[in-house]
Amino acid sequence: MRKKLNTIEEGTILLSGNEAVARGAWEYGVHFASAYPGTPSTEILETIAEEYDEIDAQWAPNEKVGLEVVAGASFAGARVLSAMKHVGLNVAADPLFTLSYIGATGGIVIVSADDPGMHSSQNEQDNRLMGKAAKVVILEPSDSQEAKDMVGEGLRISEDFDTPVLLRLTTRICHSKSMVKVGPRKEVPVKGYVADIKKRVPIPAHARAMHSRVEQRLEDISAWGSECSLNRIEEGDTSLGIITGGISYQYVKEVSPEASVLKIGISNPLPWNLIEKFINMVDRIVFIEENDPYLEENIKARFLIQADGKNIIPIEGELNPEIVRKAVHPGTTREITFSEIKLPARPPALCAGCPHRGAFYCLSKLGGSSTGDIGCYTLGLMPPHNALETTVCMGASIGVLAGIEKAVGREGMGKLVAAIGESTFVHSGITGLIDMVYNGNTGTVMIMDNSLTAMTGGQENPTTGKNLRGEPAPVLDLEKMVAACGVKHIRVVDPHDLTEMEKVFKEEMDREELSVIITRRPCIMAYKPIRKGIAVVDSEKCISCRLCMKLGCPAITWDGEKPEISRHLCWPDCDMCVQVCPVDAISKDMGGLT
Amino acid sequence: MKSVTNVIICGTGGQGILLASEIMCAAALLAGNDVKKSEVHGMSQRGGSVSSHVRFGDKINSPLVEKGCADLILSMEKMESLRWSHYLAPHGKLVACDLAITPMTVNTGHAEYPDVNAIIEKENLPVTLIPAVEIAEELGNLRVVNVVLIGAVSPHLPIDEVHWKKAIEERVPPKALEVNLEAFRKGRELFGN
Repeated sequence: MRKKLNTIEEGTILLSGNEAVARGAWEYGVHFASAYPGTPSTEILETIAEEYDEIDAQWAPNEKVGLEVVAGASFAGARVLSAMKHVGLNVAADPLFTLSYIGATGGIVIVSADDPGMHSSQNEQDNRLMGKAAKVVILEPSDSQEAKDMVGEGLRISEDFDTPVLLRLTTRICHSKSMVKVGPRKEVPVKGYVADIKKRVPIPAHARAMHSRVEQRLEDISAWGSECSLNRIEEGDTSLGIITGGISYQYVKEVSPEASVLKIGISNPLPWNLIEKFINMVDRIVFIEENDPYLEENIKARFLIQADGKNIIPIEGELNPEIVRKAVHPGTTREITFSEIKLPARPPALCAGCPHRGAFYCLSKLGGSSTGDIGCYTLGLMPPHNALETTVCMGASIGVLAGIEKAVGREGMGKLVAAIGESTFVHSGITGLIDMVYNGNTGTVMIMDNSLTAMTGGQENPTTGKNLRGEPAPVLDLEKMVAACGVKHIRVVDPHDLTEMEKVFKEEMDREELSVIITRRPCIMAYKPIRKGIAVVDSEKCISCRLCMKLGCPAITWDGEKPEISRHLCWPDCDMCVQVCPVDAISKDMGGLT
Repeated sequence: MKSVTNVIICGTGGQGILLASEIMCAAALLAGNDVKKSEVHGMSQRGGSVSSHVRFGDKINSPLVEKGCADLILSMEKMESLRWSHYLAPHGKLVACDLAITPMTVNTGHAEYPDVNAIIEKENLPVTLIPAVEIAEELGNLRVVNVVLIGAVSPHLPIDEVHWKKAIEERVPPKALEVNLEAFRKGRELFGN
């Protein structure tokens, strides 16, 4: 068995970018960290909680609160870190933009984990643009070693220049492992809270002075950045000069080891002096960057140069060595010996035993559907359920349902309900519900309560009864909260009980008043299954009606004539297929449990 | 002499792909290599396609393997091995578990599970199919399927047996160590050549 990481004080270990950020937080004396889970950033706080007891780490209800609590801790002189996925920074944008004016007392590092290629996100926004708009420093690592080092550099820059620092990662940095040289933790004392009204209350009279300091700060850091090692020129063949940063740097080194490279580690403010030197050094310039032409537009606008960039590198999706090779050295692509084979897609599906299945099965059976939200239950859109029709952002299911009713009335809304998980409801659904009550909406909101933030791998939230460290925590009372919003009709139902689930849907869809259905059953990741046996099919009794296939359970497959149930995948604490079979051909076998 | 080895480990969510790539990286590290690996978490945990790229050698830049460059593809599921076959180098080997897991698109009648053996023959793919599930069942633990497969591919990679064993010791809980080492041994003995 391996040792806990805070017992290792020297050596070289293999870490993911996320683990390296956690390591950096520990080594460079971070006292406090807060985050809301979001792929690809989730493992940063999980690693801190598991490996580094010296850091006080906690889940926040959303990214805005996550950033606000670390801001407060920074005001009191603690070194802090807040982590979120790229769209989380939109939620935290309100505190971010003004925190930029206020600055940092204890160092503030905010991690934005962007998702080029949208492996598990709803958009592909490039948060270098957000960081620039907020006028904060942006650091971009190219591997795990730099991810660790840049936490330390970021805290130092934050304190020296009185600014929040955005550490911009991308999925390929977060979830790639590479070698990291590690060291011991350096304790940095908490400075203590001292009131400073002119610094921390941005009433207009104060904020104008703050803004001047921000502009001066950007100039100072740009000048400093031209001298420091975070930005560097790697001189090679001067006929080709590549300007790059982040993971793209690795692809450049892979396919173009001979070229001269300007590696940008501080993406905002850009190191103008160093960039000018590089431009004068090379014959041809190519920008290699993922997603938006951030470096390209800024540098072209400043120096009015001719250069290749998004004309040869795609703006959409992730880059990889093939794309960069084709763009920079056309005609030298690798020979492919074996051709690409067209295969059925293998999309993710709700797990066998997932309680959301009961709710979507019943909704679909009644001809209903939903405005959806962000979580495992977004998979309700997939066949065979086809029971989710919109997704915008965290919490939007409720506002969208309300808006549809405003546009077309209750009749036009048909059998649409809002589908939102309990974690998403707490994150930013509550205000939507308050809006529905306040403005006289009549729809049905379904809060799918599995008491876990499941899509990101099973993190605790205020409804779980445990905190990030697994310690007992108060349980948020959803019924009372919904009642306090002014909702009069609140139903709590076990979605695994299909008869009851269907009955509650019917009654609440028919009701001409606003109602909330809380479907409550724990996520299968949250507990050991109660051993009720594995489902087996009696093929003599089976009439091949395919009703069990309408559950969309990954354990049930169709052999052409009859269903088969995988004993490896069947969840012992679920019997929805037994419930739906009209001829009792499926039963639970207590033997054969694996 | 070629100084970088490129491997892709693939399959479906929940098959122990990440543990297999952890073991491979740890072994490569013990053998004195620079190592990088890359995979994508998140949606893939819900039974979707999962892949992990592993690269090791003197100095590694990109964490991603290029198409046409994989020395080895290890697949925990039959059909998934085909999804990556165009990544194989001309000399590359493809080792796959002889196990079919039906995707939801097939269950719902939107697609058909292909005849994998026929495709292997038609495309002349260098595939070795291994009954790793049966071997794991004989060993009494279905969770060691991935380590049986690691054993089977281990002689094809420039890493000594001692490093593989040490890597397994580092990565699996003490309770399960013996059965994992046995799974490695079986895979290596039966299919190593």
